Amino acid sequence: MTPLLSVRDIHKSYGARIGCTDVGFDLFPGEVMGIVGESGSGKSTLLNCLAGHLSPDRGEVIFDTRTDGPRDTLTMSEPERRMLGRTDWAFVHQNPRDGLRMSVSAGGNVGERLMAVGARHYGDIRDSATDWLGRVEIAADRIDDRPRAFSGGMQQRLQIARNLVTGPRLVFMDEPTGGLDVSVQARLLDLLRGLVREMGLSAIIVTHDLAVVRLLADRLMVMKSGRVVEAGLTDQVLDDPQHGYTQLLVSSVLQV
Amino acid sequence: MIRIENVSKSFTLHNQGGAVIPVMANATFSVAPGECVALTGNSGAGKSTLMRMIYGNYLAASGSIIVGDTDVATAQPREIIALRRHTLGYVSQFLRVVPRVATVDVVAEPMLAVGVPRDAARARAEELLARLNIPETLWGLSPTTFSGGEQQRVNIARGFAHRYPAMLLDEPTASLDATNRETVLSLIEEAKARGAAIVGIFHDAPARDRVADREVDVSAFTPRRAA
Repeated sequence: MTPLLSVRDIHKSYGARIGCTDVGFDLFPGEVMGIVGESGSGKSTLLNCLAGHLSPDRGEVIFDTRTDGPRDTLTMSEPERRMLGRTDWAFVHQNPRDGLRMSVSAGGNVGERLMAVGARHYGDIRDSATDWLGRVEIAADRIDDRPRAFSGGMQQRLQIARNLVTGPRLVFMDEPTGGLDVSVQARLLDLLRGLVREMGLSAIIVTHDLAVVRLLADRLMVMKSGRVVEAGLTDQVLDDPQHGYTQLLVSSVLQV
Repeated sequence: MIRIENVSKSFTLHNQGGAVIPVMANATFSVAPGECVALTGNSGAGKSTLMRMIYGNYLAASGSIIVGDTDVATAQPREIIALRRHTLGYVSQFLRVVPRVATVDVVAEPMLAVGVPRDAARARAEELLARLNIPETLWGLSPTTFSGGEQQRVNIARGFAHRYPAMLLDEPTASLDATNRETVLSLIEEAKARGAAIVGIFHDAPARDRVADREVDVSAFTPRRAA
C-alpha cells in the first residue's frame, strides 16, 4: 500500500533555536495520527510545516495525489499547493476565527469552499451547505446567520463542516477541542470520530489532551524539544510508555 | 493460532530513579484453534501483563508473539490495528465508554468495522443484548450511566459481536449473577465450537474448569528476584 503522506527528515529552526528536527513518518489511508507534547515542544511547528503554512529548512513532505501519484508538496508550485489545500487537504484551526470568514453567513462559509473548486449552481451549493450543517448538528434555520452569532462550540463545528464539504482525504487539526468546555468537547469528539470513520479520512491531530488522542487517534507521536521521543500504537504508548518524558506526561494527568 | 515464544518484559521507571522491574522472562506457550487456555498464578504474577502483550497494548522486550500470521512483538501500528479489527478480540474488565454513543451501537461497532451491513450488525447486537438480559429500554441509551454489572455485560456483548478467530478474556464472569454467568460460559463454549483460540484469566475456578482445556501457570515465567 502507498502511504498517503510520507514525511522525511523535516527540520525547521527559528534562528539558532530548533522548531522541530529529524521528524519522519508514513501515514496510510484511513489512519489517524496524534501528536502530543507540552507547549513549545514543536508540535504546531511540525503541523504547519506539513500543511504548507511554514516552509521547513529541509526535508520532504510527499503526498499521494489523485492525479499524479506521490509528489513532494514542498517543491510544488504555489498554485498547485493552493489547489491541494482546497481539495484533498483540510486544516482545522484551534481558533475557529482563523478558519472561518466571520463576516459571511454560515451557509456562505461552507459554500465558499465548494465554489473554490468550481461549484456554481446556487441551489446545489445551498443544499450541500444545509446537509453539512445538519451533519455537524447546526440547525438549518441558522444557515443565514453569521458565525459571530454562534457559540464557540458551534463555530468550531462550522469550521469542520467548511473543511470537510469538499471531501478531503487528509485533515490537519491543531487542538480542535482546545478552549471548549468538556460537554461541548465530548460532542465534538464524537462527531469527529464518526466523520473520520464514515469518510475514511486520514488525519493528523495536534493536541496536548491525552484523552482526545486516546479517543481519536490510531497512532501517536510524542514530541519534546522539537524531537519525536516516542511513537507507536496509541494505547500502547499511553499504557506502556517507554520514554521518561512520556511516562511523566501520562502520570501527570489528573484522575477524575 | 496463538504462539508465544521466549517473551520477556520489564518496566523501567525513568522518573522514579530509573528503577527497572523485570516482570516476565521466557514465556512460551501456544493455543490451537478451538482450544481455551487459562492463565493461572497469584495476583501480580503477570497474567494481565502477558494478556496485554498479546493484544499489543504492552510492548514485549524480546521474543515473538504470533497471532494468525502477525508477530505482535514487531508489527507496525496499522498491522496491529488490522489484527484487532479482524482476528483478535479482547474482553477487558472495564468498558471504555464513549460519551453519547447508544449501547446497541457500542455493541455493533466491531461488526461495522469489518464491513457487516448496518441492519445485520444491529440485529446481532440486539440478539446479544437480549441474551445478556440488558432491558430493551436501555439499548438506545449510552452505557455511561449503567451499573457496573450492566456495563460488564455490554462489554461482553461487544467482545463477542464479531466472531474473532482468536480471543482474550480477562475475568469475563466477574461481577455477574448466576444466569448471566451461565450465558457468558455458553458464549465461550460456542466460540470454541466454531474454532476460536481463547486465552482467558478466570478467578472463578468452576468456570475455569468448565471452559478451559489447559492451564498455563504464569508464575513459571516470573523472573527470580536477584538474591
